[in-house]
Formats: sequence, C-alpha cells, structure tokens
Amino acid sequence: MAVNEDFQGRSYPPTPPFAVGREHIRDFAEAVGATDPIHHDLEAARAAGYADLVAPPTFAVIPGQRTDRQFVADPEAGVDYTRVVHGEQRFTHHRPIVAGDELRGILHIDAIRAAGGHQMVTMRSEIVDADEQPVSTSLSTIVVRGGE
Amino acid sequence: MREQSVRQFSDVTEGESLPSRTIPVTRAHLIHYAGASGDRNVIHWDERTAQAVGLPDVIAHGMWTMGAAIQLVTDWVGDAGRVLDYGTRFTKPVVVPHDGGASLEVAGTVKSLDADAQQAVVELTVTSSGEKVLGRCRATVQLD
Repeated sequence: MAVNEDFQGRSYPPTPPFAVGREHIRDFAEAVGATDPIHHDLEAARAAGYADLVAPPTFAVIPGQRTDRQFVADPEAGVDYTRVVHGEQRFTHHRPIVAGDELRGILHIDAIRAAGGHQMVTMRSEIVDADEQPVSTSLSTIVVRGGE
Repeated sequence: MREQSVRQFSDVTEGESLPSRTIPVTRAHLIHYAGASGDRNVIHWDERTAQAVGLPDVIAHGMWTMGAAIQLVTDWVGDAGRVLDYGTRFTKPVVVPHDGGASLEVAGTVKSLDADAQQAVVELTVTSSGEKVLGRCRATVQLD
C-alpha cells in the first residue's frame, strides 16, 4: 500500500469545532511536564493577562492531528498508520490557545514525495477560532515507511 | 499569583546558554501522553507492534519529546504563552525500554535576537543515549 499522490494540493472543509477545556489543558500540561501556573491555576493565568488557562505550546497538535486525520484515515489516501512516523512539526502561534476556545482546522495537503523508499506527506492545518480568526498554523510532515 | 516575571529583552545576550536539564521518560509517560494528546498509535506502547514494523522497541511520540523539551524555554522566558513559533525535525526515535525507560538531555542557546520586536530565537539541542533526537529545533519567543 502506498500513499495516493493524487491528494497533493487537496484541501478539506473546516472540521467540526473542537472545544478546549480546562481539564484537558491541565492533563496535557502534566503529560509533557509543563509546570507554568498559567496552565493549571486560573488566577495565575488571569494575573498574567490571559482570559483563561493557557495551553502549552504544543497543545495545538491535538486540533492539528484531528484535522490531519481526515487525510490519514481516508481509505482512498492509502496511509498505513502503523507505518507512520512523525518527521517534522512546526507551530506558528498567532495567539495562545486558551480554555474556552472553539477551534476548527482547515487541512491542506501541501506535498507528497518519495524519499529513500518511504513517502513524506506535508500537511498544513490552519486552526481558527469561533470568530474565524487565526490561532495557530500547524505544519506537519509524516513519513510513511515503505514495506520490506 | 505569578512567582516569576517575564524575562526582559535587555537582559538577554546572543549566544547565551539556557540552564540545561535531564528529563526522564518511561512507558507510563507515553501512556499518559497518548491519553492526553489523543495520539494512540500502538507503536508508542506496544513493543510487539513496534517491532513488527521494524522499530527496535516502543518509541516516544515525537510530539511528547517536542512538548517536554520546550519547557526549558518556557521556564527561562517566565511565561509559557510567549512562544510564537516552535518547530523541529524528528531525526531519531527515542527508544523507551520497558525496564528503566530512557531520558532526554535538553540544552538551549540564544541563537539570534530581534531588538525591534523584542524577540529571541532559541536553538534547542535534545539528545537521548548520546544521539540527537530533535534536529533544527528552534523556538521564537516574545520577551518584555
């Protein structure tokens, strides 16, 4: 099975809204060892000038991967998930994600290319809030390992 | 209330080192991260599946490594909401054996400064068992 190169250049409609919850932020922060009180303590977050608990810098991967999944889980795309390794990741934050945000992602398949027996797919998720304002751009490259 | 304030741009110099640290990682960390992130790919918790697809053992989520490493920067800046841009290549998997787990060594250097915007670019060096696991790992932060 190989990735269907016809998907290069394809875009998807916005995902359903993803509601960012305080406990989700706290749990994610704990999982990556993020101890800044603005992830955990509402008063600390507000004292620092934020509307609510602030998500750690890589939390955007959650809405980002939900957005990316439209491609990865599409049977027509031909991706064997057990052969997927994350190659590159970049986030450009237009503002921090905070609890209470309702995020939608718009997926663009920027590139599909062969490299050393593997295939590399670059997915760009433009994450926007309920007012359609930009929140984060997630640029993810996955490596789909070739068969033996 | 906050116990630390945001780092001042005027206090930062190009080339300065951030305090380095060692971060342990075990299977339990990966299970927690799988749940918290929603990335439940079995190669991060089941060694038979990992080995069946040609990996030496269970490997850490690249995103866990990336998320753990940036704490060096957010602690240094004093406000985790100040990371404007953060990117890396996952150059080698962090292999996490059942017994004893593994660890990350994280070091950082101020690579460049932008006086007009009061921003700094920090380059992180992240290794596990002596091998570099993140390549071109850079974060841009907003200082005061």
